[in-house]
Amino acid sequence: MGALAYITALNQALHDEMARDDRVCVFGEDVRIGLTQTTKGLHERFGDGRVVDTPLSEQAFTSLATGAAMAGQRPVVEYQIPSLLYLVFEQIANQAHKFSLMTGGQVEVPVTYLVPGSGSRSGMAGQHSDHPYSLFAHVGIKTVLPATASDAYGLLLSALRDPDPVAVFAPSALMGTVEEVTGELGPVPLGSARIHRAGEDVTVVATGQCVHTALAVAEAMADEVSVEVVDPRTIYPVDWETIRASAEKTGRLVVIDDANRMSGFAGEVLATAAEQFDLVAPPRRVTRPDGAVIPYALVLDQALLPNGDQLTDAIRAVLK
Amino acid sequence: MGAESRAVRLYRTMRLIREFEERCLAMSLTGEIVGGIHPYIGQEAVAAGVCAALTQDDVVASTHRGHGHVLAKGADPKRMLAELLGTTDGLNRGRGGSMHAADVGLGVYGANGIVGAGAPIAAGAAWSFQQRGEDRVAVAFFGDGALSQGVVLEAFNLAALWRLPVVFVCENNGYATSLPVGRALAGDPVERAAAFGLAARAVDGMDAEAVADAAAQAVERCRAGGGPAYLECRTYRFHGHHSYEEQVALNYRDDAEVGDWRARDPLRTQSTRVDEATVRAVDAEITTLIDEAVEFARAGRAPEPHEALDHLYADGTTTRPGVMI
Repeated sequence: MGALAYITALNQALHDEMARDDRVCVFGEDVRIGLTQTTKGLHERFGDGRVVDTPLSEQAFTSLATGAAMAGQRPVVEYQIPSLLYLVFEQIANQAHKFSLMTGGQVEVPVTYLVPGSGSRSGMAGQHSDHPYSLFAHVGIKTVLPATASDAYGLLLSALRDPDPVAVFAPSALMGTVEEVTGELGPVPLGSARIHRAGEDVTVVATGQCVHTALAVAEAMADEVSVEVVDPRTIYPVDWETIRASAEKTGRLVVIDDANRMSGFAGEVLATAAEQFDLVAPPRRVTRPDGAVIPYALVLDQALLPNGDQLTDAIRAVLK
Repeated sequence: MGAESRAVRLYRTMRLIREFEERCLAMSLTGEIVGGIHPYIGQEAVAAGVCAALTQDDVVASTHRGHGHVLAKGADPKRMLAELLGTTDGLNRGRGGSMHAADVGLGVYGANGIVGAGAPIAAGAAWSFQQRGEDRVAVAFFGDGALSQGVVLEAFNLAALWRLPVVFVCENNGYATSLPVGRALAGDPVERAAAFGLAARAVDGMDAEAVADAAAQAVERCRAGGGPAYLECRTYRFHGHHSYEEQVALNYRDDAEVGDWRARDPLRTQSTRVDEATVRAVDAEITTLIDEAVEFARAGRAPEPHEALDHLYADGTTTRPGVMI
């Protein structure tokens, strides 16, 4: 199919699903003009009734989507800033997510929470640079983190069709990237990992933009070590079988994840590996530091993000 | 049964709620209802009056003090009580209990454990009715404490901006747990709602007919596309905020104050509007109904421990066990 830009993939998934299913509607700030580009053209095509510019009332419009979903719509809520999810955590974690169990299965809440531009955005500083997906995984919300354009398309499509609330985090670092896509685009099931590169000596589990860091490192180290790069693609539920099979094949595991270290996704992968995987060396992880708040100065911002050098060191460490 | 007067229907609904609640309170104090309850006793006129203005297609989002709303919307008291006893026969199959009782098929989007949380959810349902051109209305119940929750005011704004068919019903019972309304709210609550452009008024929440009249007007306004309304029902709870308060004998209200409100018992008021024979017949009918509900609920089956996370995901996604050895 050719070159596909990551942001175009998100936009295309919304166009395609809104055309297919008239229950899908979009709420968010500046979605009519498509400020983030994710919702570009939707208003012109689908109109006021399905593309709703909201006042700056994140808590209300998040639960508005819950009520609309319970009444039969399939809303998408766009958040321009990842930290806004802290503001609406009650509405997502304590309301939308819990209705299915609390009602004994009487109701479905098919809302998609879309965050185009999660993570550091180079100069956006403390309150606009978090990557809070692990929080959502922790409370059990289906959580998606696509690393490529085709996965962005396919995972967003699956999120939109899912009967449960799903949070989709599109990393800021990837919004401008392009993938050469072969074949047709289609849905990518939640809970399915993607092996980006086969290898024999060490498994690198990488998330979001770190997939590209891992692929570059694997290429750079190709003369020295054979690295398998696995992207879980969904942070929750996790495709443990693919990760386990890869880790047990290579016997060594490194995780690279652009989130804070404490209680993060990388820690969960390591804990699971320690409990259940048959490895020949202790696993390692490369993450932001504990409790990181991203500083403004670019050099400080980048100093806190996991990078290729750290991954290279971690790979060498598990090979010892 | 024929055309029964609204007065009788209101009385029956209130009697049902009262008797259900009194039985629940007793069962809470013995520990049979494990999590306790937030008794609605004293506030019955609000649920009965508002729900009398609704059809089965209309929806309500309730509060942690939600039994009255759920019953007034038509939920089966047997299954409601079974829910409070945590059995699989319960409305929510024992997964929700007192604070989350829901009957989605009857438009009851659930009691809600977070103060004010139902307001934007009801607005969302109303938005979807409006989009689809359906002649349906959503009602959000909340207490005076919820007027200090930002999300409720955000919901007022959205509903008024978009002229959503939603009625916000504030049950001002004078206390947010133990905090008197006078120490919680700046300004006047009706004016506060009116400032958003809601058609706002206060009504005597101890008088079911007055509530029913006001609710009928508000609902009619919504159905006619006139936009959202706000109804402040001035009412009182005769018991504590939660049954726990009875157990620890908390008392933060003046006996005279409670006595004054009890003298205005909404059931007694309504009973004067119905002939005595009918009152006696309704009372007997409800007592039998609640006796049967108790029997039904007690005979229910507790869920199996391995079913604890059933219904977590609508698509049946299962989770890893918490303990693996």
